[in-house]
Amino acid sequence: MHQGLDSLAFPALFLFSLTQRESWMQIIDRRSNPGQKSLENRQRFLRRAKTQVQKAVKNASGNANVKDVLNGGSVELPIDGVAEPRLVREGGVRNRVLPGNKKFVEGDILDRQGESRRKGSGPGEGDSTDSFRFVLTREEFMDLFMDDLELPNMHKKTLAGSLVTKPRRAGYTMSGSPTAISVNRTMRLATQRRMALGRPTQEQVMSQWQIAQDVFEETQDEGLWAPEYLKYMGLSERMGRIPFIDPIDVRYRRFEQEPTPIAQAVMFCLMDVSGSMSEHMKDLAKRFYMLLYVFLERRYKKVEVVFIRHTDKAEEVDEDTFFHAPASGGTLVSTVLEEMARIVKDRFNPAEWNIYAAQASDGDNMNSDNTRTGEFMTDKILPVAQYFAYLEVGENETTEHMHMPSLGDSPLWKTYDGLCSKGASIAMRKVGRREDIFPVFHELFEKKGNQHASQ
Amino acid sequence: MQASKAAHDGTKLFDGADWDFPMLQRISDACEEIAFGELGLNCYPNQIEVITAEQMLDAYSSVGMPLFYKHWSFGKHFAQQEAMYRKGYMGLAYEIVINSSPCISYLMEENTATMQTLVIAHAAFGHNHFFKNNYLFKQWTDAEGILDYLDYAKKYIAKCEEKYGYNEVERTLDAAHALMGQGVFRYPQKKKLNLKEEKERAEKRREYVQSSFNELFSRMVPASKQQEELKDVSKRRVLLGLPQTNVLYFLEKSAPRLKSWQRELLRIVRHVAQYFYPQSQTKVMNEGTATYVHYKIMTRLYELGKISEGNFLEFLQSHTNVVFQPEFDDQRFRGFNPYALGFAMMQDIECIVTGIDERGVPFTEEQLDENREWFPDIAQKGDPMGVLRHIWANYRDESFISQFLSPRLMRRMKMFHLCDDPVVEEGILVNKIHNERGYREVRRQLARNYDVGYVDLNIEVTDVDLAGDRELILQHKVLDGAMLSGENAAPVLTHLANLWSYNVKLEEVDALDDVLEEHFAEPSYVQESA
Repeated sequence: MHQGLDSLAFPALFLFSLTQRESWMQIIDRRSNPGQKSLENRQRFLRRAKTQVQKAVKNASGNANVKDVLNGGSVELPIDGVAEPRLVREGGVRNRVLPGNKKFVEGDILDRQGESRRKGSGPGEGDSTDSFRFVLTREEFMDLFMDDLELPNMHKKTLAGSLVTKPRRAGYTMSGSPTAISVNRTMRLATQRRMALGRPTQEQVMSQWQIAQDVFEETQDEGLWAPEYLKYMGLSERMGRIPFIDPIDVRYRRFEQEPTPIAQAVMFCLMDVSGSMSEHMKDLAKRFYMLLYVFLERRYKKVEVVFIRHTDKAEEVDEDTFFHAPASGGTLVSTVLEEMARIVKDRFNPAEWNIYAAQASDGDNMNSDNTRTGEFMTDKILPVAQYFAYLEVGENETTEHMHMPSLGDSPLWKTYDGLCSKGASIAMRKVGRREDIFPVFHELFEKKGNQHASQ
Repeated sequence: MQASKAAHDGTKLFDGADWDFPMLQRISDACEEIAFGELGLNCYPNQIEVITAEQMLDAYSSVGMPLFYKHWSFGKHFAQQEAMYRKGYMGLAYEIVINSSPCISYLMEENTATMQTLVIAHAAFGHNHFFKNNYLFKQWTDAEGILDYLDYAKKYIAKCEEKYGYNEVERTLDAAHALMGQGVFRYPQKKKLNLKEEKERAEKRREYVQSSFNELFSRMVPASKQQEELKDVSKRRVLLGLPQTNVLYFLEKSAPRLKSWQRELLRIVRHVAQYFYPQSQTKVMNEGTATYVHYKIMTRLYELGKISEGNFLEFLQSHTNVVFQPEFDDQRFRGFNPYALGFAMMQDIECIVTGIDERGVPFTEEQLDENREWFPDIAQKGDPMGVLRHIWANYRDESFISQFLSPRLMRRMKMFHLCDDPVVEEGILVNKIHNERGYREVRRQLARNYDVGYVDLNIEVTDVDLAGDRELILQHKVLDGAMLSGENAAPVLTHLANLWSYNVKLEEVDALDDVLEEHFAEPSYVQESA
């Protein structure tokens, strides 16, 4: 189009760009710069919206599959809690110019209803939604979900004086192994002592000797030389008398053996798989175990899980068998406790492991077995276990209903309840519906102020 | 076309979609030749930074700036945008460009070579030229100082958080953000803003407060003569600089109980608001300029044989998307697309100046007459770039539209003016359309929609009840009967009251100064005295 013009323009341009070239254009690859610049803002936002997010997290977790929930996910947040209010106008006479007129002529009156629907918001006007969804990472989700929970009796082992200790630096000592000499401290003390006693340094002695030497060389007069030499002798002697390092300077690093909390835990999943347990009940139990596992995993470095199922006899099985394989038979609860006690004895020294157990059952037990179960519980299980939860699962009934004190308490419930009233600590809950699992779990591990400290 | 290919070195800048850094350098060199040599642009030095999509999202969340202080609201925006992006509701911008010297443009690594060329032409030359030359930016922003200032602000705020507690700082920033819209000077100050001096000023203030602090004096010395004077209305107004439209400025200077670091925070928020003030007034022009420039450069590159036909088609497709203007009854309609309107107007101006329309067809005599009638100064003047550069330098959206929107473009975009007066019950009046009788009114109304004097709220601090309970009194001059939305006003006024530390009253008055409505707010927490 403008070729004539262009060819004229070019020579001038080259001159210009030649002079400007050096500093003019800079291209930088920033891709390897640390990303996540906005992470801190995000954390601030989550902190700010904590109550809302926590509520949203619980709502979300109430409905979703446990596995999905624990993977994090999107939550819906009402915008009002984190609104940024600004002064805005509304109403009044609105004048607008729009593109795309097809049939309107001057003076037409348009139906307000139809028009306002199509108008949409103007350019750059903020979003008008009442809530927005955003995705939480698994970590964030768990943080918020587990935030107000804590492990009961977490420090029991420490208080009881556990066997596991770790050396910890604890100041200095006058005696110790040569490998533990603290050179810095020793030298510092030595310097202090030398200065306090006025020990001349090697340089001072040598320079005095030099002075004496110089005097003699210059004057060849022993009368002048002698006092300088005596001074040198004095210094030298003093230096010899006050040692550079004295045994009293030597310090050793002191270590104290400090008991450390045990960083590993084992979680026993005990479940009744007799005929009376339906798929629904097993599902409830599974959800509970999962939550407990995730919770423990956050608190301990290493969490082992042991699955023990039982009918009228108990066996340790793998996870899949535990939840899915069919089994039938009567119900003897004591067998499972016996099996657990045996496994603890064989593999999990209570001094080295935090032991958690969660038992799920529909509450059935042979009447003859109840006493034995109770005894086993108090004698073998509770003394070693950090925490024992008993979850009584039921059919799709409301939990409220099940909480009603009634004659219908199951034999096992009655047994455990009896133990509790004698002072045993068993956390007991009844659950009937899927959505109650989370509240029940929360209830069990809720922070209860100083209560635990006194236990 | 053939001739021009032969005349210049016809080797292609790139082939296909891949790019590397030497290629980017070649591309920007080629763009530069056209931008400076043919278009006569005058830019800040360029700094082009290649970033990832995630970094782009990061940049979004802090208003596009490479460094910014930390605040939860940015995290919120990030979460919103990220969710939209992941769902695919929203594509990321191809670029972000910062009004600074050197002018920083961010390029996404995902872009194809053609897109990188487009983005370099658009941001590094189009926007850059506009930033450097437009009078509003010259008047209001300090491109050399902005990055240093933001760095200072970030560090200062972080230090305050450490010193005075995270919650205190957040509370002050929340309140300041709520009043950001009322934190700009709408008319130039006597002294041009120099952000470099800001930092030194803040330090001096701190030192002064420390050195001059005298507890006995502050407690024992009775009210001075100045305070007596404050009781007289006219003297009070002079002393406090009332009426004052910049509410944040007023609070910074006069709020009785703010601590000096809080005043500094207000100042920072105010400066940031002021920095963005020209951008909001030049959206159409700024984007129009950049789009026009990239279109010109890309076309020339193609004509010179430096990009292939395929790549040029790819460009045209992106370009068409960018300047797409849905019509009002389209579901996608969200008002005027500033890219579309700006680009169409610039192109239209070129046509008017050259007398040849977009397709290269000379105007008919009738059209030429119309152009001469409407644009006597520029019609067939013959130097489109000269005219455009002049416009880019001396106009903002409102004046640009009210002067240069041509009847031809109004016809082409089929613009019409709706007047929605709640008093008229029948419905909305189609007041004017794109015809001889409507051109002037349609243009006037559209320009008015871009006029900050009309779009922004007219709120000012009018008085302080110093004799009584120190109530702060503000006024909102109601225009066209549009009142403040009470739902939003209440929390904002509470923020204001918290900064002021005493009660706040906002009156809404009409043109005759009759009070239509009053809003009240009291502080929701008590400031410790400074």
